[in-house]
Amino acid sequence: MSRNREKQLVSLPLPHSQTLFVPALLEHMMAHGHHLRIPVNKPVGCRLASPRLEPGHQPEREAAFPWFGMDIGGTLVKLVYFEPKDITAEEEQEEVENLKSIRKYLTSNTAYGKTGIRDVHLELKNLTMCGRKGNLHFIRFPTCAMHMFIQMGSEKNFSSLHTTLCATGGGAFKFEEDFRMIADLQLHKLDELDCLIQGLLYVDSVGFNGKPECYYFENPTNPELCQKKPYCLDNPYPMLLVNMGSGVSILAVYSKDNYKRVTGTSLGGGTFLGLCCLLTGCETFEEALEMAAKGDSTNVDKLVKDIYGGDYERFGLQGSAVASSFGNMMSKEKRESISKEDLARATLVTITNNIGSIARMCALNENIDKVVFVGNFLRINMVSMKLLAYAMDFWSKGQLKALFLEHEGYFGAVGALLELFKMTDAQ
Amino acid sequence: MAERGASGGGSGGDSLDKSITLPPDEIFRNLENAKRFAIDIGGSLTKLAYYSTVQHKVAKVRSFDHPGKDVEQEHEPPYEVSVQEEITARLHFIKFENTYMEACLDFIRDHLVNTETKVIQATGGGAYKFKDLIEEKLRLKVDKEDVMTCLIKGCNFVLKNIPHEAFMYQKDSDPEFRFQTNHPNIFPYLLVNIGSGVSIVKVETEDRFEWIGGSSIGGGTFWGLGALLTKTKKFDELLQLASRGRHANVDMLVQDIYGGAHQTLGLSGNLIASSFGKSATADREFSKEDMAKSLLHMISNDIGQLACLYAKLHGLDRVYFGGFFIRGHPVTMRTITYSINFFSKGEVQALFLRHEGYLGAIGAFLKGAEQDNPNQYSWGENYAASSGLMSTSPELCPTQRARSGTFDLLEMDRLERPLVNLPLLLDPSSYVPDTVDLTDDALARQYWLTCFEEALDGVVKRAVASQPESIDAAERAEKFRQKYWSKLQTLRHQPFAYGTLTVRSLLDTREHCLNEFNFPDPYSKVKQKENGLALKCFQSVTRSLDSLGWEERQLALVKGLLAGNVFDWGAKAVSDVLESDPQFGFEEAKRKLQERPWLVDSYTKWLQRLKGPPHKCALIFADNSGIDVILGVFPFVRELLCRGTEVILACNSGPALNDVTYSESLIVAERIAAMDPIVCSALREDRLLLVQTGSSSPCLDLSRLDKGLAVLVRERGADLVVIEGMGRAIHTNYHASLRCESLKLAVVKNAWLAERLGGQLFSVIFKYEVPTE
Repeated sequence: MSRNREKQLVSLPLPHSQTLFVPALLEHMMAHGHHLRIPVNKPVGCRLASPRLEPGHQPEREAAFPWFGMDIGGTLVKLVYFEPKDITAEEEQEEVENLKSIRKYLTSNTAYGKTGIRDVHLELKNLTMCGRKGNLHFIRFPTCAMHMFIQMGSEKNFSSLHTTLCATGGGAFKFEEDFRMIADLQLHKLDELDCLIQGLLYVDSVGFNGKPECYYFENPTNPELCQKKPYCLDNPYPMLLVNMGSGVSILAVYSKDNYKRVTGTSLGGGTFLGLCCLLTGCETFEEALEMAAKGDSTNVDKLVKDIYGGDYERFGLQGSAVASSFGNMMSKEKRESISKEDLARATLVTITNNIGSIARMCALNENIDKVVFVGNFLRINMVSMKLLAYAMDFWSKGQLKALFLEHEGYFGAVGALLELFKMTDAQ
Repeated sequence: MAERGASGGGSGGDSLDKSITLPPDEIFRNLENAKRFAIDIGGSLTKLAYYSTVQHKVAKVRSFDHPGKDVEQEHEPPYEVSVQEEITARLHFIKFENTYMEACLDFIRDHLVNTETKVIQATGGGAYKFKDLIEEKLRLKVDKEDVMTCLIKGCNFVLKNIPHEAFMYQKDSDPEFRFQTNHPNIFPYLLVNIGSGVSIVKVETEDRFEWIGGSSIGGGTFWGLGALLTKTKKFDELLQLASRGRHANVDMLVQDIYGGAHQTLGLSGNLIASSFGKSATADREFSKEDMAKSLLHMISNDIGQLACLYAKLHGLDRVYFGGFFIRGHPVTMRTITYSINFFSKGEVQALFLRHEGYLGAIGAFLKGAEQDNPNQYSWGENYAASSGLMSTSPELCPTQRARSGTFDLLEMDRLERPLVNLPLLLDPSSYVPDTVDLTDDALARQYWLTCFEEALDGVVKRAVASQPESIDAAERAEKFRQKYWSKLQTLRHQPFAYGTLTVRSLLDTREHCLNEFNFPDPYSKVKQKENGLALKCFQSVTRSLDSLGWEERQLALVKGLLAGNVFDWGAKAVSDVLESDPQFGFEEAKRKLQERPWLVDSYTKWLQRLKGPPHKCALIFADNSGIDVILGVFPFVRELLCRGTEVILACNSGPALNDVTYSESLIVAERIAAMDPIVCSALREDRLLLVQTGSSSPCLDLSRLDKGLAVLVRERGADLVVIEGMGRAIHTNYHASLRCESLKLAVVKNAWLAERLGGQLFSVIFKYEVPTE
C-alpha cells in the first residue's frame, strides 16, 4: 500500500463518509455506549447462549448480536452480517445504541467507503437463523484495509461489545495477534475448508430467496445455445470443490464432514489480477475483467493452427486449441502491436483454462464427476464460468459437469457465522 | 570442448557470419560416405543427422598356414598379426545455430560424394521455413516427419543405447547430476515435452504412444509473457534474469496470508499461495529479475503439477522432460525437479536426458532409415568424438549464449552384435556395473584423473612403438595425446560430461581416442610375444600341477590364476616392472602375491564347494593375454573340464590394453589343444566353448553383453561365473549380485586402490559368493 493512500485513509472523516468502509463501520459500532445485552438466566459475563430450538419462539439464550462471520483471505475480506428483522419492541428498547447503529448503517448503505461493498443482489431475505428471522447481508473489502480495521477497533474500544468474532481464512491467523494486542479482541479462529463446505451446504439448502443456489450451463460447447440453468444439488456427494480465490484449493468432498484437500495451484484470481495490473496498468478486478471482456486472446496466444496450419491430427488436436499461452508474444512485432484488452483477455483465459485442466485431472484421479467451482475469481466473471463449463464438458466428452453457485465467494464467511451458533449450542 | 569450430563462436555468438570457414574434419566428419540425412530445425538450433561408414584400422590375428608344425623356433611368434582396414557404421549428429544454416548446407553439398541419397527427413518447427533452402542447396527432397513421432523414436533410441542417458538433477547436492543406469525395460514412461506449449505423451512400446494431455502454459508462455513483463527479448536472458530474482517480492506466499501462524499449522510459509499475488497494485514497481523468477516458478510448478497428475492417472513413476524450456538449463531443471518432488511427494522422478536436444534429429533419421532397420543393432556412444554434457556452473559457462554459439557433436558406433543383459544377473534393473562413482567421490576422482594423466606418456609411447612401419604414427600419437588430455581436463571440471564418471569410462574413453587416431591395438605385438612365451610353458605348468595332490592342486590353480593376473600392462606398477625386467615371469609373479589370508579370502569356502558335485557349466571372463590366460586361466579351465564342468570362455570382441581378444583366444585354444588332449577333446565335443563378450573395454558391463553369449549361458545352464582381473572384478562388478555362484578374483596392482580396500600393493581379492536362497 502506498504512503499516499494510507494518509488518505487516515484523514477521512467518519462515520458516514462514502469514502471508506472499514473505519466507518467500526466507528458506528463504537459510536454510542458499550452496553452489553445480558442474556436472561445467565450470569453476567457469559457472552453466549444456546439458540432456541423452535422457530418463532423467543430464545432463552442466544449468541449476542451483532452476528458476524468473517473470512479473511489473501486479497479480500468477506463478511456476512445477519440483520434480525424480528426485533420486538422490548428488544428494540434494550438494544444498545451502537448495535442499532451498526444495523442501520450496514443495511441502509450498499457501499462503504471506497473499497467496501455490500453485494445487495446476494442478500438472503427472511432467513431463519438460530431461531431468529432476518436478512443475511454479504459484504467485502480488501484485506489490505485489515490493519485500519484493527486499529480502529482499538481506538473505539470494540472489545467492550463482548461479541465473539468468528473468523476463518489465513488472515484469521495472521491478524489474530493484532486483534488481541491492538484491539483486545480474541478471534475465534476456524478452519477455512470446514467453513467453506458448511457454508456452501447451508446456503444451498436454504436456497436463494426461493430460487436455486446452484446452476450449470446447458450446451456449454455451443456458444449460441449455451445457457444458465438451475441445478438441484440435493445429492452433492461426491463432489470436487474448486475454490478460486487469490490461489486455488481443490477438495474432494464425500459427505458433510468427510473431505480431503486434493491439491491446489498458485495460479488463481490473484495471478490474473496481478498479471493484468503489470501488463495493462489496470488497478481493479472490475477494470481487468472489463478489458478482458473486450479483448481477443487469440492475438496473444499461439494456436495449434498457428503451428500446424490446421488441426494436429496425429494427436487429435483442433486447430483452434491454444498451443502456447502468450506464445505469439515471443515475437517483437506482435508484442508491439498488441492491445491491453487482448492481453487482459489472454491472462483471463490462461488462468481459467489452467484451473479447468487441473480440476479435470483431479476429478479423473478421484473418480468424481461433479465439479463445483466457487470463489471470488468467478465474481462478475461470465467469461471464466463459460470457459470452465466448456472445458469440463469438452475434454471429458460430456462426462464431467461444471457447477456454479450464486454466492460464489461467501461460503467461508457463512461457515464462520454458522460456527458462532455451534459454539452457543455447545454451551 | 564446445569451442570447436565456428570461428568467433564463443564471444561473438551474435554475429551472423554466413561465410564462416568450418573445419571439416572436426565437425561434419566422414561426409564423403554419408547417406540418409535427417534434420531437425528448432527455433534457434539445427540438429543434423547422417549415417556414414568409417574406415579404420583393426588388428587381425591369424594362425600361420602350417598346422601341425610343432617344432618352434625360440623367437618365432605363435601367430601372425596384421593391420587391416575395416569399415564400420557410425551415426553422426551435429547441433549448430540456425545462423550457420547456409554455410553448413554449402559445406555439405561440397563434400558430399555419395549420390544415392535422394531425400532428407526433416522435422521441427523450422523445417518448413528452411525447406526451399535445403532443397536448393542439397538437391535433396525434403520429407517432413511428425515432430512428436520423431521425438519419441529418438527418446527410445537414446534410452536403449546410451548408458547413463537419463539423470536426475539436484542443484544443491554434489554431484548435481544423478545418472540412471539403463533399465532393461524402458517402457512405459511419460515424456513431457516443454516447447512453446507442453505435450504429455505416454510411451508404451517402440511404436505405440499416446498424447494423453498437454498444457498451453509452457516455454512460449515464459518467453512471451516474460518479454512483455521485462522487455527482455531473449529466452536465455530471461532465464538469467530469473536466476537472479526473488519471487517472494511478487508472489503472495502462504506466510503473507497466514502470517507467522503457518508454522503452528504445519504449513510451509514459503509455499506460493498466489503467483503474482503481490503485483495486483499500481503503486509499486517490480524488478525484472523478480518478475522473471516468479514467472519461472509459476510455469515450472504448473507443469510439474500437471505431469504428476497425469503420471498418477496412468500409474507411471518415471517422467522424462525435454523441449527447449529444459535443454540443459540448470534453472529450469531445478524448478521442475522441485515441483515434481513437491506435488508427487517424492513418488515420481523427474528425469532429464543428456542428449535431449538430439531426440528429434535421431527420430527423424530413424524414420528415414527404417529399411536399414537401425533398431536391430546396438549402438555405442563414441566418447572420443562426442561433446559431453556442458557445464552448468557459471564460472565455466558464463552465458547460455556462448554455449549455443558452438557446434556440439554426438557420434554413435554401430556395434557388430546386439548387446543384452547377462541372464544370470540377480536384478538387471538395479545392476550397476561400476564399483566407485567418481562423480560422487571427489578424492577418488582426483586420484584416477591424475593416474590416467601420468600414464598417458607411456600409452603414447606404446602406441608409436606398435606401428614401427608407419610414417605418421608419432604425429597421430601426439594427436591422441592431446585429445585424451583435453578429455581428462574436461572431466576434471565437468565429471558428469559423459554420464557417471568411473574408472571404466576413463579406460573406455582412452580406447575410443586411440581408435580415433588409428591405433586399434597398441599391444598386439606385446600380446603376440607374450602368448608365444606362455604357450611354451603351458605343458610344464600343467605337468607340475598334475603332479600335485588334489587339495594342493586346487590352491595352486587359484594361485596360478592370480599370478597370471599380475601381468597387466594397464597397471602402471606392473608395466614399469615389465618394461625394466623383461625376464619377469610366472614364478616371479607368484612371489609378488600376498600370502594368505588374502585381503578378501573366501578360498576355504570355495575349496569346500569343490569337494561337492561339479558345476554344470562355468562362464569365465578372461583378462590379459599371455601368462594370464594361458598359464592361469587355461589350467583352471582344464581342471573344471576334468571335473565334468562345461566351460564357456568369454573374451573381448575388440582389443583393449593387453586383454586377450576373442580371436586371440581362438588361436591360443587351438595351440593348447594341440598340446593337451583334455582341452582338445573338450573343444571338439563342445564342452569348452569360446565366445566373445561384445565389448572392447578393459572393464565389464554385464548388462551389455553379446547376445550369443547370453543365449549360450541360458542353453548350457551356467551355474558358475568366474570374473578375473581388476578391471572386471574390482572396478566393475565387485558388488554385482548374480543368481548363481560366482568367483571374483584379482590382484590389486595399484597401491592407492589397495590402500582404499585396506591392503597393500599386490593384495589378493578372492571373493567366492553363493546367492542366498
